Amino acid sequence: MKFSDQFESRFAEMLTHYPTKRSALVPTLLYAQDEAGYLSDEVIHEIAERLSLSDLEVRNVISYYSMLTTKPRGKYNVQVCTNIACMLRGGEELLDHCKEKLGIGHKGTTADGLFSLEEVECIGACSWAPAAQVNYAFHENLSAEKMDKVLDECRKKAPH
Amino acid sequence: MASLLSHPDEVKVVSKRFGMGATNLDRYLELDGYKAVQKALGMQPDDIVNLVKNSALRGRGGAGFNTGLKWSFVPKQSPKPKYILCNGDESEPGTCKDRLIFEHDPHSVIEGVMIAGLAVGSHTGYIYIRGEYRYLLEIMQKAIADAYARGFLGKNIFGSGYDFDVYWHGGAGAYEVGEESALMESLEGKRGIPRIRPPFPAVVGLWGGPTVINNAETLASVPHIILGGAEWYSGLGTPKNGGTRLFCLSGHLNKPGVYELPMGYNLKKMIYDVGGGIPNGRKLKAVVPGGSSTPVLLPGEIDLAMDFDSVGKAGSMLGSGGVVVLDGTTCIVKFALRTMKFYQHESCGWCIPCREGTDWLKKTLIRFHSGGGLKEDIDNMYYLSENMLGRTFCPLGDAAAMPTMAFVKKFRKEFEDHLEGKPCPFEKVGAVEEMAALSQ
Repeated sequence: MKFSDQFESRFAEMLTHYPTKRSALVPTLLYAQDEAGYLSDEVIHEIAERLSLSDLEVRNVISYYSMLTTKPRGKYNVQVCTNIACMLRGGEELLDHCKEKLGIGHKGTTADGLFSLEEVECIGACSWAPAAQVNYAFHENLSAEKMDKVLDECRKKAPH
Repeated sequence: MASLLSHPDEVKVVSKRFGMGATNLDRYLELDGYKAVQKALGMQPDDIVNLVKNSALRGRGGAGFNTGLKWSFVPKQSPKPKYILCNGDESEPGTCKDRLIFEHDPHSVIEGVMIAGLAVGSHTGYIYIRGEYRYLLEIMQKAIADAYARGFLGKNIFGSGYDFDVYWHGGAGAYEVGEESALMESLEGKRGIPRIRPPFPAVVGLWGGPTVINNAETLASVPHIILGGAEWYSGLGTPKNGGTRLFCLSGHLNKPGVYELPMGYNLKKMIYDVGGGIPNGRKLKAVVPGGSSTPVLLPGEIDLAMDFDSVGKAGSMLGSGGVVVLDGTTCIVKFALRTMKFYQHESCGWCIPCREGTDWLKKTLIRFHSGGGLKEDIDNMYYLSENMLGRTFCPLGDAAAMPTMAFVKKFRKEFEDHLEGKPCPFEKVGAVEEMAALSQ
């Protein structure tokens, strides 16, 4: 399993942060997922080895955290918040719009592998609702039209 | 990047440097940065604790415990290292304030962690930032690296002979990790399952060492208190509720946003003046005053001072500062359902009353909202919630039960209106039709 140099330097730095190696697990999993796309058996095994844990211990942690996934996702993971503050300002309708536009449901992935869709819990954008995250980027004060623009930008950026 | 709004009633303490480029270390220094920690280095630890105690600063994460008092619980002598842990796992629905602090003033959090460290005799601090806030984690990583590069962190800080390290840590998506003991589990690389208390973290915390856990806004307030003094800070608020607070206004408002207002600011004024009132000339139906876990208030209850004690007396909680405003078009059953869906999703499953209770309540509310509710379920929901209260390791069970009890108690008629297959009386007005007006 080959990770980027940035991953390796960050991982090495993290090991100096804590008195136990295991403490680096959660952030390491997310950084690994960012590079590999998802936490495959191979990635899990690699991280378990590095932190002197069993694969099962790592899986046990993965299943707790909502951002971690053991299944492949689209290049752009569209996460629409429908929690209370977003719901009051159209978050649910925005999610429906994305479902229709992308032709997929909650946790679905488009056939071309470009988009995944997820209904997520509060992302901390309540005062700028409704909001969504595409991967890590925040998009706020959204409407169906603004959302379309965001999705179009993703399509343009994607290699053909 | 979240936009900033302003209102003349604001008293800017924590938000003083917002929009002023203070992520840059030189700019932060120009704006009185790292002066407070240097002052604290010349103080006795007990004097720092007493100063913060007397400032009446109370935990901004939601519980509202006196910060100085919390620090005073850390034993002076400890065979194990002591730690400072900054809680930046902001996830309470309705809350989006720590985000602005990390985005605009990351060094103030680092400085707050350092001062907390000096106060309790710790040499190591961690700043935990939720996984969704990746751009903020990057801002914090740079801020910490910059502080190390200047010698503000590490060995012999500011030539004082005192060593202090600060490390960043990222989460990966979990509301419950915002609870102090689950936060420590997560930092230790485990599932965020809460720990039983006692022992409290101040005695047995991270890796068994005494640990102070404070919210990011709490810690960012500390440097200002050191420089301005306890009397000045406590005088900004109401008795026993010192200072200011970042209130996150959201929902049906003309000017939702994050505003820094003195503790004890009137809620009605906050909604109608600061928040610009309710769009489309609609009437206020209810207010959730401090994040989704706080019991809802009725329009008749909002002539209220927004401090911990006054909101507590009114039967709710000041919580995390997330004020969610609901107008007359909102279906309370649907709102209660969405709230419960959240808690059911976030319950870690460790304690049975929370795991089963949230699931049961969610299913009952789904049935209610779809018109299949049974009359006896109204009382059952209340009874079930009542029996979750205080019966779990961490407050997530309470956080789910408290708002549900308030919804049932205060909006009983609305639940009754959903009985016997009646269609939801609010379905006609969709939020999208409202959007044009709401997005002003």
